[in-house]
Amino acid sequence: MKKRVLAVLMAATMLLGLTACGGDGSTPAGGDVQGADGGSSSGTIKVGIINNDPNESGYRTANDKDLQAMFTAENGYDATFAYGKTNDEQINAAQQMIQDGVDYLLLSAADVSGWDTVLQDANNQGIKVILYDRTIDADPSLYVASIVSDMAKEGETAANWLKDQGLSEYNIIHIQGQMGSAAQVGRSGALLDMAAAEGWNVLVSQTADWNAEKAQQIVQSQIDAGKSFNVIYAENDDMAKGAVAALDANGITHGVNGDVIIMGFDTNKWALEELKAGNWNYDGQCNPLQASYLNDVIQKLEKGETITEKTIVMDEKGFDAKTITDDDVNTYGI
Amino acid sequence: MQKIEKKKASPMEVMKKILGRQIFIPIAALLLLVLFNLIVDPSFFAVVMKTNSAGNPVLTGNLITILDNGSELAILAIGMTLVTAAAGGQDISVGAGIAISGSVMLRVLCGTNPKPEAIQAPIIVAFLVGCLAAMLCGAFNGALVAYFKIQPMVATLILYTAGRSIAAWVNHNQLPIVPPGSFSYFGGVIPGIPIPTPFFIAIGCMILIALVLKFTTLGLYTQSVGINESSSRLNGLNPILIKFLAFVILGICVAVAGLIKVSRFSTINYSVIAKDIEMDAILAVALGGNALSGGKFNIAASILGAYVIQFLTTTLYKFNVRSDALPAYKAVVVIVLVVASAPRVREYLNGLKKKMIQNPSRKEVG
Repeated sequence: MKKRVLAVLMAATMLLGLTACGGDGSTPAGGDVQGADGGSSSGTIKVGIINNDPNESGYRTANDKDLQAMFTAENGYDATFAYGKTNDEQINAAQQMIQDGVDYLLLSAADVSGWDTVLQDANNQGIKVILYDRTIDADPSLYVASIVSDMAKEGETAANWLKDQGLSEYNIIHIQGQMGSAAQVGRSGALLDMAAAEGWNVLVSQTADWNAEKAQQIVQSQIDAGKSFNVIYAENDDMAKGAVAALDANGITHGVNGDVIIMGFDTNKWALEELKAGNWNYDGQCNPLQASYLNDVIQKLEKGETITEKTIVMDEKGFDAKTITDDDVNTYGI
Repeated sequence: MQKIEKKKASPMEVMKKILGRQIFIPIAALLLLVLFNLIVDPSFFAVVMKTNSAGNPVLTGNLITILDNGSELAILAIGMTLVTAAAGGQDISVGAGIAISGSVMLRVLCGTNPKPEAIQAPIIVAFLVGCLAAMLCGAFNGALVAYFKIQPMVATLILYTAGRSIAAWVNHNQLPIVPPGSFSYFGGVIPGIPIPTPFFIAIGCMILIALVLKFTTLGLYTQSVGINESSSRLNGLNPILIKFLAFVILGICVAVAGLIKVSRFSTINYSVIAKDIEMDAILAVALGGNALSGGKFNIAASILGAYVIQFLTTTLYKFNVRSDALPAYKAVVVIVLVVASAPRVREYLNGLKKKMIQNPSRKEVG
């Protein structure tokens, strides 16, 4: 009994671990794209949208809101939404949608594998599958397009920004996200590569599991150890906030004109406001707003055009405290 | 909780008494960590007075970090010990409970606007409503365990899985931010007092539970229900009520811990707040030498166990050990504890003890 309970527990924990800014870095190379045959030309387009749990993170909430706002009756869509924390739940939902005869199936998969059969069913019925946010391990011919974030590029943008600051020396505290997640791998890789190339001194690379409190403890322990540093590279906004709390508690200045440069990711609205106030220096975007891209792809297919590029990487910006405007905060804050 | 009888005893008997006492386990673990840090880097224990960005004096140092960040765990350990003793099982939904009560507090403080200019209700009201929510969660768990006789881990698995979604739903999925002000004192420092407030809150909880145990029969009843439920019933106790009460008390502890957690950053993140804290709370109880199958208990030992866990965490941060390796170190502690409390090992140790008593001369050598 105890063992079984433990097994259930472990499974639950692993599921909860799949949080944070999604999107698997590896995208399959583009293959042949299926010709579009118009689909239902009679007014509304029927779409089935499968997403992850909207409570998972602020990123996911923004992602869901964006989709809800785009796929409305006013925009000519008849949309069904389904949320699943696990592949099983999502596959059940997908099968239901296929039975209902949707025209398009939009999918952000909980898990990368196990989708072949259900997507084959969809294809057999002439339903077009579009992946968003996260890719899957399946034959590229099973889907029409895949709209993703490039986490490594986000990291590079940030590392390049840091290089452009031209500091006389770089002593960096590097706070990582949950180890192995696509966001962590991409953002860590870019910084560590740049640090190696430029001879920057990374005092510590430590994971805080996206948790502000852990980030605070990590920075506090570095301060207590008497280390001096001038850059904090946190792989999401929450952890940057935790790091800043530790600096504040020790009376260390940060942000524009401060002693320590603060870098965060995910462009939460409150984070951009910190940036605007000059408390932080940089925030990198991880774009959750995929609805317009999805809309473009669907409209093109409806017009009978073909999609030439199977993997669509979204534009993602990096914001500097010195140049950010109120417009940016309102437009890009999630 | 434990009466020490003062009488003359030989050094060996004193030794035996110390070794036999429950609180010896966490003290030994603590001494081990202290010794390790003293040898490797004594600067670990340095505490300095600094001025924070708000211009207030604060003490900083690893020891302060331990007292500060270990407090939530210490508070949870109080309730978890009672639940363990009464129900013979653990509540794994405390992390989710913290998310729910914290979310409720923020909902009351912020109203419908996630970023208000000023707080919409007095902090005490918010805390009481959050407390009520956490006690309801505790009552739900308690009813399942006490009345429906479901295994505690299975019963609390329900809230463990659903709790964080409920917490998000309370605030319509938004992340409320409490405007700066006195709310941040609970997880930070009160201007003018250089010691973090969570430590004072934890001390308050400890004093409260000590008084309750001293002046009520709660401790005795809990213990007897945990040791033998049916004979307690035959003696006129109501095991259902006692178990239920233990879960509700844990609910109060969860609310207090939740207040500290949401106060630290004046906001909440539903998926990461107090993540995996249930495992640490259970470990604190085990580290306190309490039988996880219920019965006799020692809350002081559990509280000490909680601070030992934080001591371990801070030590590992200090030496830049990867924090994703942290669970592995905790696993070692669990393995040692579980093995030490296994009946086979107990039997063997008892046999060894008897042998030592028979020929005490060997003791001096060994």
